Amino acid sequence: MANTFAFVESRGGDLRRVGLESVTAARHLADATGGGDVHALVVGAPGIASKTEMIAAHGADVVEVVEHPGLALYSPEVVAATAADRIGAGSYRAAFFSASAQGRDLAPRVAAKLGVALGADVTAFEASGDAIIVRHPVNTGKVIATLSITGTPVLLSLRPGAVTAARAPRTARVEAIAPAMDPASARVVPKELLAGNTAKLDLGEAPVIVSGGRGLRAPENFKLVEDLASAFGNAAVGATRAVTDDGWRPHTDQIGQTGRLVSPDLYVACGISGAIQHLAGMRTSKTIVAINKDREAPIFKIADYGVVGDVLEVLPVLTDAVRKAKHSH
Amino acid sequence: MKIAVCIKRAADMETRFKIAANGMSVDETGVKFDIADFDGFAVEAALQLKEREGAGDVTVISMGPDTVQETLRKALSMGADKAVQLKTDAVPADALAIARVLADELEGGGYDLMLFGRMAIDAANQSVGPMTAELLGVPCVSAASQLTIANGRGTARRELEGAADVLEFPLPAVVTIDEGIARPRLPSLKGIMAAKKKPLEVKPAQVGESRVKVTKMELPPERTGGRIVGEGPAAVPELVRLLQTEAKVL
Ligand SMILES: Cc1cc2nc3c(=O)[nH]c(=O)nc-3n(C[C@H](O)[C@H](O)[C@H](O)COP(=O)(O)OP(=O)(O)OC[C@H]3O[C@@H](n4cnc5c(N)ncnc54)[C@H](O)[C@@H]3O)c2cc1C
Ligand SMILES: Cc1cc2nc3c(=O)[nH]c(=O)nc-3n(C[C@H](O)[C@H](O)[C@H](O)COP(=O)(O)OP(=O)(O)OC[C@H]3O[C@@H](n4cnc5c(N)ncnc54)[C@H](O)[C@@H]3O)c2cc1C
Repeated sequence: MANTFAFVESRGGDLRRVGLESVTAARHLADATGGGDVHALVVGAPGIASKTEMIAAHGADVVEVVEHPGLALYSPEVVAATAADRIGAGSYRAAFFSASAQGRDLAPRVAAKLGVALGADVTAFEASGDAIIVRHPVNTGKVIATLSITGTPVLLSLRPGAVTAARAPRTARVEAIAPAMDPASARVVPKELLAGNTAKLDLGEAPVIVSGGRGLRAPENFKLVEDLASAFGNAAVGATRAVTDDGWRPHTDQIGQTGRLVSPDLYVACGISGAIQHLAGMRTSKTIVAINKDREAPIFKIADYGVVGDVLEVLPVLTDAVRKAKHSH
Repeated sequence: MKIAVCIKRAADMETRFKIAANGMSVDETGVKFDIADFDGFAVEAALQLKEREGAGDVTVISMGPDTVQETLRKALSMGADKAVQLKTDAVPADALAIARVLADELEGGGYDLMLFGRMAIDAANQSVGPMTAELLGVPCVSAASQLTIANGRGTARRELEGAADVLEFPLPAVVTIDEGIARPRLPSLKGIMAAKKKPLEVKPAQVGESRVKVTKMELPPERTGGRIVGEGPAAVPELVRLLQTEAKVL
C-alpha cells in the first residue's frame, strides 16, 4: 500500500480539467497498489479552498490548500518550493503533475529540488515491482517509448486527456498550508495573465478541433472555421504555421511539431496540405476529416474521411448539416 | 553579455523511423541529424541579443558523443563564438542526470544568460532547462515566446493554453526558448569558414546515476486513412452520416 500525490492545476481561481485528471490518475495508482491515500495540493488566491469538494469528489483523501493573495497568478518559484516541501514531507510512491504549460514548468523544478526522476508527458503508467513503468511518445509521436523509472517518489507529468477525470467521492480531510516561501520574495515575478478568449475551448481540452490552413485564402474566411466549431458546440479552432506566420491567427493556435500537440476525438483539417510538421501535432487524433481541393494532398493519406473540394464551398454546407445533426439529438 | 546556449543533436523529424534490432532504440542508419528545432531558436535568440548589444560572447554547449561536434560547428557557423563538448558515449534517458552535467559546466562560467530549447524535439521531456536552473539556484522562465533584456533584468512571455503570461526576473537566469522568438539563420559561407577556426573544447562528462531506463521503443499503429468520401458540398450528407454512425463523434 502506498500513498500517491496529485498537484491540482488551477488558473484564475478555477481548477483546470487537467488538474482533476491528475487526481484521477493518483487515485488509479493508489488503488492499483493496494489502496493507499491520495493527497492533493491546490494553490491559489483566497477562494481556491472552495474547490476542495470537487477535488475530494475525484478521489482525494487529503486536500492541502495553499491560499495567499500573492498567488492569484502562477508563481513558479513559490509553487515549486511549496510542492517540493509537501511531497518531501510525505512518503509517496508517485506524484502526478499535468503535462500542460504550467505543469511542464513546475514538475522539472520540483524533481530537481527533490533530486528524484521525472517521467515527462506520459500517456500511460503502472507500478511494477519497485519501478513505475510509463509510456511517452517521442520523435513527434512517431515512436512510443516505454520507460522504467525508479526511486521514491517518482514524479510524473500526465499528457492532457491521457486519463479521463472521473468521480470517486471521498470524505477528504482539508488542511490549510502556508506557502513554502513568501510570494513577495520570489525572483521570477508573474506580472500579468493575458487571458485569451476564455469563452473559447482550449485546444488541449476540446473533444473536437476544427483547424484551418492557407487553403482558406484570407484571414476573414476563418469565420467559416469558427462557424463550424460553434456548430459542434464542443470544438476549438486550430491553425497551421503557414497561417500563424502570416498573422491570420495567433501563434497559440498553431498545431504541429513546433506548436501544440493535440489528440481530440475529431480533427477537421480545412485547406491544410498535411505537411509532416503539421501531422506531428495531430496524427494521434481519433478521427480525422480533411477538406482539400487537391486530391493528391498528403493530408488525405492519414484522413479517415476526405472531401475533395473548395473549402469555401464545403464548409457552410457542412456547418449547416452539423447544426441540424446536433439539434436532432 | 555572456550567454551560454545548451544544444542537442537530434534526428530529422521527417525521417521514417525504424526500430533497431534490440527493440530499445531507433535505427540511426541513414538518418540525418541537425540542431534540435528549439535549440536552433535558442542559438538565434542568443545571437540577436549579442548583436543588439553590439558586444558579448555566445558559448554553445552540447553533451554527447563526438557526433555532437558537427552540431556545435553548425552553431559556430551561425555566429556563436566558442563551443564545448561534454563528452560521453551514453547520454542517459534521465533528464536530471543530464541537467547535473550541464549545471557542473555552467557553474562558475560567469554567464548572464543560459538559454535552452523549450524541449528537445526527439526525447521531448521539456525538463533539462528548469532542472538545470534549480541545480544552479538561478531564476528560470521556461518556454519563453518573447524575451527582452534590459538593465540586468529580463521580461518574458509564455504561451499557455488559450492564454499567455508575462514574467520578470533578474539576471543571471535560465530561459528556455519557444518558437516565436526567432527563426534560426542559415550559416553563410563566410560563417562556415570562420567556424573552422573557432575554439571547440572537449571535456569528459561526469555522468551520474540514471533512474530512467528505456525498456522498449515501438512504432505506433499506422493510420489507415485514405478514404475519399466524395467531392464538394455534395459529399457532406455522406460525411455527416459516417461521423454519426461509424466514427460516432457527432
Ligand atoms: C522546423 C519547422 C517546423 C514547423 N512547424 C510547424 C508546425 O508546428 N505546424 C505547422 O502547421 N507547420 C509547421 N511547419 C510548416 C509546414 O512545413 C508547412 O509549411 C505548413 O504546415 C503548411 O501549412 P498549410 O497546410 O496551411 O499550407 P500549404 O502547405 O500551403 O497548404 C495549403 C493547402 O490548401 C489547399 N487549398 C488551397 N486552396 C483551397 C481551397 N480553396 N479549398 C480547399 N483546399 C485548398 C491546397 O491544395 C494545399 O494543400 C514547420 C516547418 C519547419 C521547417
Ligand atoms: C525514449 C528515450 C530514448 C533515448 N534514446 C537515446 C539514445 O538512443 N541515445 C542517446 O544518446 N540518448 C538517448 N536518450 C536520452 C535522451 O536523448 C535525452 O537526452 C534525455 O532524455 C533528456 O531529455 P530530452 O532530450 O527530452 O531533453 P529536454 O528536457 O526536452 O531538453 C530541453 C533542452 O535541454 C537542452 N539539452 C538536452 N539535452 C542536451 C544535451 N545532451 N546537451 C546539451 N543540451 C541539452 C537543450 O537545450 C534542450 O532543448 C533517450 C531518451 C529517451 C526518453
